Amino acid sequence: MTIALHNISKVVAGQTHIKPTSVVFETGHFNVLLGETGAGKTSLIKLMAGLDPMATGTIEIDGQDVTKLTTQKRNISLVHQFFVNYPHMTVFDNIASPLKVAGMVKSEIQGRVEEAADILQLRPMLHRRPHELSGGQQQRTALARAIAKESRAVFLDEPLANLDYKLREELREQLPELFAGRGAVVVYATSEPEEALLLGGATALMDDGNVVQFGPTAEIYRKPQTLMAAKVFSDPPINVAKVTKQGSTLTMGQSASWDAAKMKDAPDGTYHIAVRPHHVTPMPTPANTVALKGRVLVTELSGSESSAHFAMPDADWVSLAHGVHPYEVGEDHPFYLDPSACLLFSEDGHIIAGGAA
Amino acid sequence: MAKITLSDLKHSYYPNPTGPEDYALKEIDLEWSDGGAYALLGPSGCGKSTLLNIISGLLTPSNGRILFDDKDVTDLAPNQRNIAQVFQFPVIYDTMSVYDNLAFPLRNRRVDETAVNTRVMAIAEMLEVTDMIGQKAAGLSPDNKQKISMGRGLVRDDVNVVMFDEPLTVIDPHLKWKLRSKLKELHQKVRATMIYVTHDQTEALTFADQVVVMQDGEIVQIGTPVELFERPAHTFVGHFIGSPGMNVLPCEVRDGGAFFGEKLITLEGAIEQGSGAAEIGVRPEFVTLGDAGLPAVVHKVSDVGRHAVVEAKVGNTSVKAVVEGDVPAQGTTTHLSFDPTKTRLYRDGWIATRAGT
Amino acid sequence: MGAGTHPAGDNTMKTQNQRAWFFVLPVLLLVAFNALIPMMTVVNYSVQETFGNNVFFWEGLRWFEQLLNSDRFHAALGRQFLFTGIILAIEIPLGIIIALAMPRQGIWVPVCLVLMALPMLIPWNVVGAMWNIFTLPDIGLLGYLMNHTLGINYDMTQDPVAAWVTIVTMDVWHWTSLVVLLCYAGLVSIPDAYYQAAKIDGASNWSVFRYIQLPKMKQVLTIAILLRFMDSFNIYTEPFVLTGGGPGNSTTFLSIDLVKIALGQFDLGPAAAMSLIYFAITLLVSWLFYTLMTKDDGK
Repeated sequence: MTIALHNISKVVAGQTHIKPTSVVFETGHFNVLLGETGAGKTSLIKLMAGLDPMATGTIEIDGQDVTKLTTQKRNISLVHQFFVNYPHMTVFDNIASPLKVAGMVKSEIQGRVEEAADILQLRPMLHRRPHELSGGQQQRTALARAIAKESRAVFLDEPLANLDYKLREELREQLPELFAGRGAVVVYATSEPEEALLLGGATALMDDGNVVQFGPTAEIYRKPQTLMAAKVFSDPPINVAKVTKQGSTLTMGQSASWDAAKMKDAPDGTYHIAVRPHHVTPMPTPANTVALKGRVLVTELSGSESSAHFAMPDADWVSLAHGVHPYEVGEDHPFYLDPSACLLFSEDGHIIAGGAA
Repeated sequence: MAKITLSDLKHSYYPNPTGPEDYALKEIDLEWSDGGAYALLGPSGCGKSTLLNIISGLLTPSNGRILFDDKDVTDLAPNQRNIAQVFQFPVIYDTMSVYDNLAFPLRNRRVDETAVNTRVMAIAEMLEVTDMIGQKAAGLSPDNKQKISMGRGLVRDDVNVVMFDEPLTVIDPHLKWKLRSKLKELHQKVRATMIYVTHDQTEALTFADQVVVMQDGEIVQIGTPVELFERPAHTFVGHFIGSPGMNVLPCEVRDGGAFFGEKLITLEGAIEQGSGAAEIGVRPEFVTLGDAGLPAVVHKVSDVGRHAVVEAKVGNTSVKAVVEGDVPAQGTTTHLSFDPTKTRLYRDGWIATRAGT
Repeated sequence: MGAGTHPAGDNTMKTQNQRAWFFVLPVLLLVAFNALIPMMTVVNYSVQETFGNNVFFWEGLRWFEQLLNSDRFHAALGRQFLFTGIILAIEIPLGIIIALAMPRQGIWVPVCLVLMALPMLIPWNVVGAMWNIFTLPDIGLLGYLMNHTLGINYDMTQDPVAAWVTIVTMDVWHWTSLVVLLCYAGLVSIPDAYYQAAKIDGASNWSVFRYIQLPKMKQVLTIAILLRFMDSFNIYTEPFVLTGGGPGNSTTFLSIDLVKIALGQFDLGPAAAMSLIYFAITLLVSWLFYTLMTKDDGK
């Protein structure tokens, strides 16, 4: 099964919200829409769900043109960031509601609801009402409804964003298994690159109403076509700096200069380099050899990793390292760059070299 | 600024609590020193917000006393406690300008206008909102509104404590780190006692010098970020802090040693006498894959970009390992070894090995 | 905007626009039948004179000139503004005060809400009749109490002041609930955090009202004021049933006067001219209220 978007766009009061977009989402894996708040993820989902009118283009679900069909007739499911359940109904009735609307017989409804409830561990709560559930259980109810409906397409719009951190981690692990083998095309919107990496078979990177790159997740993470794609797919933000290339030497202003034999084929001139924060470490390693002198601005600790934002004469960068690393804010601290991990972009942001697997 | 003492604190939302399960806070004894940065960390429903509201005076505890600088404030109303609080959702006075919002707590206390002006401008400078000082607060973006809420908390220099109740909830993910680091910086400048409540490990560990981890109304560990990561006193702390959390592996204790998968596992030190369900705790960062050690079958490999998380099965038990570089294929057999200095025994959840012997 | 960059988009936008017009057409027709055509009839009448038999004579703007110079019209308009002014001055503050005093949670909430809604459920002519009987000096509960028990001379068929007091009281009784319910809805939507923050900031009760409750109620208050203005400015049924515009002309508001001219004297031309002026004033004042109350929202 597939959802094929041909040149679809959205214009509201003269403002373009989604620029003409053509993408084919397939079943069998998660299709992730990754981008910051306001990049157009929700807008795109609403177009596919038929909740907003399109300015141009057509949408096909499994070869059938659904452009003119209403949301009700597209046979899709949508799970929101906010927990949307019917407050006056029990969990059972909430899960069963789309099946009842479809006119399914009672015994079959019973079977489907119980199956979905088992997958999401909601069996003991089937007779409770949403307000008696925790946030995680409420969102599981919404997910169960989407599963029980067995629709052709399931749209998940940041479904984990409002859950506690650990709960998010657990549900994220379960999600792919829930939809595996069901045949539905799953489209999952998120603003977290890590979620895209963990869930996504394919990822569409979005920025300002544009799909900037679409492809297998691991591939577009390692081989971004543009600087924008590299920026969207990095958290903490990817480090960018202006460099000049002469022969096989790259020079970053007064900050550093190193030998980049791998990139020697590109013509001499000015470029942007981009390097992910985990390739910049506070300790030298066999790979991280190019020393940078930085002044520590801000440090953060995420439990198992520490990051430091540091200032250099030419750019402010971030380093991300395993474990807890003691920094003093304001101190001068050396950082070490892995030159083989650098991506080289032209001044207008197109990939020139780097980014091999 | 003040030292805060919580003594034998208990709280129940029921008028006549019968057992420990009726208590939202079970028994809290704590002492926080003057000028420190503290975090209360735990999942939703662990009692951290209850504790916060008790300290601020919005709730009166069922039992126990609260002392500010050894002065009993248990029966005082919030406005008599001389505290400041920043809420989950930005609270701003819509009709007032940014300046008047910041001045509000001072004017209510009849501070003279010249002193108000100096203080407000100083805080505005720290928060980087000087350029919007004359604007109406209603028109600001959510992150600026939350900055103003923080500013109102920090504007009085005589407060005993400033409290933050999940203050970054409504902030866009890509702006969070800026505010997170801003708060840390503010603490270093203002040096007031600050308490930060959150379920997000990054926020807690980044902000606080000392983190209080709570579960089910009880404190499970108090420690520095390094201590919580390196040597969790309880399996819950190991699980909750770090991503992925610590491996907790059921094991058998006999002849003074711990056996997992029929193999003797070397621990950090001697096992303390005791009984209760025994488990081995080791973080995925300290599990290595290789040719020797505990045989395991690779069950799942998740590529997070900067490293991979390999989930391997020893019998029916999953063990996660963080792997950089080459990863084994799914279904192949590998061997696990645990870093003995970071491997510990837990009994009924609590640590049961002596360190470093 | 994107005119040059997406030519394809502009094409489809155009067809879509035309289709949109097509969908709006039924509504336009409905509005035409509902408002536009009757309105045009009135405009038609307002510039002509008729003596029946469908014979009309062109009069131009004579009726308008006559009306705007007529003392009778000025007096009725003055009474109308006075009445609306008094109604707003009483009902809006009273409504806010009652809404503030109502409980926010617990079993008394539904009780209060039902009590508040009751007067609004009664048909307008019944309200007029009820108060008419209520205030009769001989048999009405209030009338008897005032005249015979308290010894205050109270008869609204004789005394203009008594008539005014009665109509105002009746309207306050009938419609303050609307203001209360709207304000209450505004109040309960304020998150607890605001009150807690205000406590911690050391704000007084007055400050809480001035800087939290009032601003948060502003939108519903705008609606309440507009509704109460339009309703009270167009009031007809209740005073007509209660006093019939008397004693004398003391409670003859614009609407009552209009009906007298149109149906009593059958002066269709002047009545039509008056309707139009009446309508224009209502529209103008409503617009003024609305712009004044929402002028800060854009910033």
